[in-house]
Amino acid sequence: MAKQDNGESSAAAGSAVENHGAPKASSGTAVVASDAFTNPGLPPHQPRVTDVDPAKERQATRRVGGLFLVSILGSIFAIVAYIVFPIVPGDMLSVRLNTLFLGLGITLALIPLGIGAIYWAKNLMSNHEHVEMRHSTRGTEETRAAAARVFTLGNEESGFTRRKLIRNSLIGALAVFPLPAIVMFRDLAPAENPATLFKHTMWDEGTRLTLDPSGAPIRAADVTIGSVFHVIPEGLEEAEHPLDEKAKAAVLLMRLDPEELNEAEDRKDWSYDGIVAYSKICTHVGCPVALYEQHTHHLLCPCHQSEFDVANHCEVIFGPAKRPLPQLPIAVDSEGYLVAQSDFHEPVGPSFWERSA
Amino acid sequence: MRFTNAAASYIDERTSISGAVRELGRKIFPDHWSFMLGEVALYSFVVILISGTFLTFFFDPSMSHVHYEGSYAPLRGIEMSAAMASTLDISFDIRGGLLMRQVHHWAALLFVASIGLHMLRVFFTGAFRKPREINWVIGFVLFILAMAEGFTGYSLPDDLLSGNGLRIIDGMLKGFPIVGTWISYLLFGGEFPGLVVIPRLFVLHIMLLPAILIAALGLHLLLMVINKHTQFAGPGRTNENVVGVPVMPVFAAKAGGFFFVVFGVLVLIASFFQINPIWNYGPYDPSPVSAGTQPDWYIGFADGALRLVPPGWEFVLWGWTFSFNILVPVAILGLFIVIVAIYPFIEAWVTGDKREHHIAERPRNAPTRTAIGAAGVTFYAVLWAAASSDLMATHFRLSIEGVIHTLQALLFLGPLIAFLVTKRVCLALQKKDREIALHGYESGRIVRLPGGEYVEVHQPVSEYERWRLVSYEDYAPLMIRPNDQGRITLGMRMRAALSRWFFEDRISPATKGELEQGGHH
Ligand code: FES
Repeated sequence: MAKQDNGESSAAAGSAVENHGAPKASSGTAVVASDAFTNPGLPPHQPRVTDVDPAKERQATRRVGGLFLVSILGSIFAIVAYIVFPIVPGDMLSVRLNTLFLGLGITLALIPLGIGAIYWAKNLMSNHEHVEMRHSTRGTEETRAAAARVFTLGNEESGFTRRKLIRNSLIGALAVFPLPAIVMFRDLAPAENPATLFKHTMWDEGTRLTLDPSGAPIRAADVTIGSVFHVIPEGLEEAEHPLDEKAKAAVLLMRLDPEELNEAEDRKDWSYDGIVAYSKICTHVGCPVALYEQHTHHLLCPCHQSEFDVANHCEVIFGPAKRPLPQLPIAVDSEGYLVAQSDFHEPVGPSFWERSA
Repeated sequence: MRFTNAAASYIDERTSISGAVRELGRKIFPDHWSFMLGEVALYSFVVILISGTFLTFFFDPSMSHVHYEGSYAPLRGIEMSAAMASTLDISFDIRGGLLMRQVHHWAALLFVASIGLHMLRVFFTGAFRKPREINWVIGFVLFILAMAEGFTGYSLPDDLLSGNGLRIIDGMLKGFPIVGTWISYLLFGGEFPGLVVIPRLFVLHIMLLPAILIAALGLHLLLMVINKHTQFAGPGRTNENVVGVPVMPVFAAKAGGFFFVVFGVLVLIASFFQINPIWNYGPYDPSPVSAGTQPDWYIGFADGALRLVPPGWEFVLWGWTFSFNILVPVAILGLFIVIVAIYPFIEAWVTGDKREHHIAERPRNAPTRTAIGAAGVTFYAVLWAAASSDLMATHFRLSIEGVIHTLQALLFLGPLIAFLVTKRVCLALQKKDREIALHGYESGRIVRLPGGEYVEVHQPVSEYERWRLVSYEDYAPLMIRPNDQGRITLGMRMRAALSRWFFEDRISPATKGELEQGGHH
C-alpha cells in the first residue's frame, strides 16, 4: 500500500521538474508509493495509410487542394451574391436573401479552408510526436541573484531607502496625483442633487391623466370596471426630457368594484368611484409593472415576478419588491376628465439610499 | 524562394526575428479535444473584432431623437434614438449589415460560452495548479470582461429590451448604500434614461473594455507559452516534458484551420438564425414591456439571483434605505465569483503542495475538487434556471410561487446533492480504474474451471493503458503537528479540517507490488 513520505524526500519519483539547484519544493501532503508503476515511455509510432500508400497520399493531396478551391469559389460566390441579391427598400424578403446568400458564400469560403488545413495537418504532415523538456518556471539561482543585484544597485544609486524624505514624498505625490481625475468626473451629471430630483414627478394638482401613447385625456365615465389604462401626464411630449419624465410618471389606471376596494381611511378620497391610479414603475428595480390580472386584481411585474394587490393599495403579495406601488391621488375635473390631485406622496420606482431621508 | 529568403533576411537584419522563430517555431503543443475550448474563445473573439469593426462604420451611438425614415415600414415615422435608427439601417439598408450584426451577436454568445467551458476544463483537470494560478486569475478577469462587453454591446441599439436591461441596472445601482444614487446619476448623466448613457457605453464597449481585454488576453497567452501547456497523463508523458506536435507546421495548420472553421460556423449560424430582432421590440420607452423576454444567456444567473430573494428584504434604518433585496443577491454572486477566482490558492493551501504540476488530472482522480466544481455548476445552473421562472411557470402550468420556492430550496440543496453524488461517482470510477489496472478488462467470456466453478476471463491491459490509469497524484489528509513553539494555531486546525474533508476518502493508485501479488484471485 501507499505509504506517506514525509518531508523533503517526497517530491520524488517523476513529480518535480528540473531544478537549477533551487531548493526542492515541498510536496505538501502528497503521497508517493515506493513501488509505483514506472512510465513505460512513448508507445511505438503507428504509420497512417497516407504514410504507407502513395495512392492514398495523392488522394489526400487532391482533397486538400479541392477544399481550397471550393473556398475560392465560396469567396467569389459571396461577392456575386452581394451584387445579385441587393436590398430592395421595404422588401423584407430581399434582406433575408441578401443575408442568406452572402452568408452562405462566406461560409463556403471559410469552412473548407479550415477543414482543408486541418485535413492536411492530420493526414499529410508528419504525425510523429515530439518531446520537449520543461524547465522550472523559477529563474536559475544565478539569474535570480542578478535580478536582486539590479534592485540593490538601483536602490544604492538612487538612495531610495536611504533618502527617506524623497521616498516618502514621492509616495505621497503618487498617491495624490490621481485625485483630480476622480474629481473631474463630477460633471458627468448636472449640478442638481439626484435625491431631490428622484423624489418628484411631472404630476401636479390638476394635471390630466392621458392615454399612453396618444395623449388623449380620459373621461372617468369611459373607465369601465375591470379595465386597465396605461397613463401618462398631460403635456409629457412637450417636456424637456420626455423619456426621463415618463420613466417616473408612468401610471396604471384601473377601475374595481368599489365593494372590493379596501382603502385606508386617509386615502379614501384618492380614488374616484372605484377608479385608482398607481405608479407603473416597479418598486424593486424599476421595470414597468404591466400585467394586470383582472379577476384577482393583481399586478405582476414581468422582470422578477413581484405581485401587487390593487385592491389593497398595491401591497406586495409576492416577489422581491418590498414596497407597495405609490398611489397617485386622482379626482375628476369640471369636464369629467380624470386629473391628479397632486404629485405622488412618496418617491416612485426603485429604492435609493436617501429615499426616506 | 530567393525572394522569401531575401525578405526574411531583410526583416531579421532589422528585428532579430530569427531568434524568436528559433525559440517558438518548433514549440511543442500537446493535443486533446478539450484543449480546443480556449481556442474557440480566442477565435470567436477575433470574429467579434472583425464583425464589430464593420459595425462601427455604420453605427451612430447617439441618443438624440430622430424620426425613423429607413426601409423597415412598420417603424417608419416613429421617434427613436439615432442609435436605434442606425441599428435598423444596418439591418435593413446595408447589404451584409444584418449578417454582420448577427455574426457579431452569435460570436459574442459563443465567446462567453467557450470561456466558461474552457474554465470548467481547466478547473476539472486541475490545470490551475502551480505555476498557473496567476493565469487562472487572468482568465477569470477575461471572463468578467467578456460579460461586461456582452452587456454593454447588448445595450447599444437602445431598443425596448436593452433599455429595460439598463433600467434594471439603474435600479440595482440605486440600491447600493451611500453611493448608489450618485453612481446611477453620474452614469446616466442625470435621471434615467437621459441622453448620454449609450455614447458612454459605446466608448466602454469599443475602446476601454477591448483595450483591457486584449492586454489581458496577450498576457494570458504569453503565460501559456512561458508555462507551456499541460498534458494529460499518458505513456511517455511526464511532469518534466511536453509531448505533442510542433507549432510549425502541424499545430499552426490545425489551429489556423480551426479558426476558419469557427469563423465559418458562426457565419453559417448567422445566415440562418435570427438573433436580437430589435425591430420587433421597438425603440426604448420606459412604459411598455412584454412578458417572457430573456436577457442574453450569460446575464441569466444575475437576473435569477434577483428573482429568488424572498419578499420583504428592504429596511429603513436611521432614515436610510437598505435594499437587501438587491444587496444580498449581489453579495452572494460576488462571493461566488471571488471563490472561483481564488480557488487555486485555497487548494494549494490545503495540499501544501509547492511543486509545479504540468499533468492535467482526470476529474475522477481529484474527487473532492470535482465534487466542488459540480456543486458550483449546480449553484450557477439553479440561478440561471431562475431567470426563466416565469417561462417555466407558464409552460408547465405551475404557480410562479411554487416555481420560486422550489428553486430557492434547490439553490441550497442542489449543490449539496451534486457534491455528494459526484464524489461517490468519482470514487467508484477510481475503484474501477484500479480493478482494470490490476485485473484487466472484463472480457465477457465465462469459462468453467476443472473444479466446476465458473470464472470470467479478464483481458489484461497493456502497460501503456495501465499507465494512464495508475499515474495520478495521491494526497493524504494533513496531520496536525505542533509548530516550533509547540502550539497548534487556528489556521493549522482549519487547514487540517479542510485537508481531511478533501482527502479522507481516497483511492490510492495501484502499485507494482499489488499487481504482482493480486494479479490473479
Ligand atoms: S423590477 Fe419588478 S420585480 Fe424586479
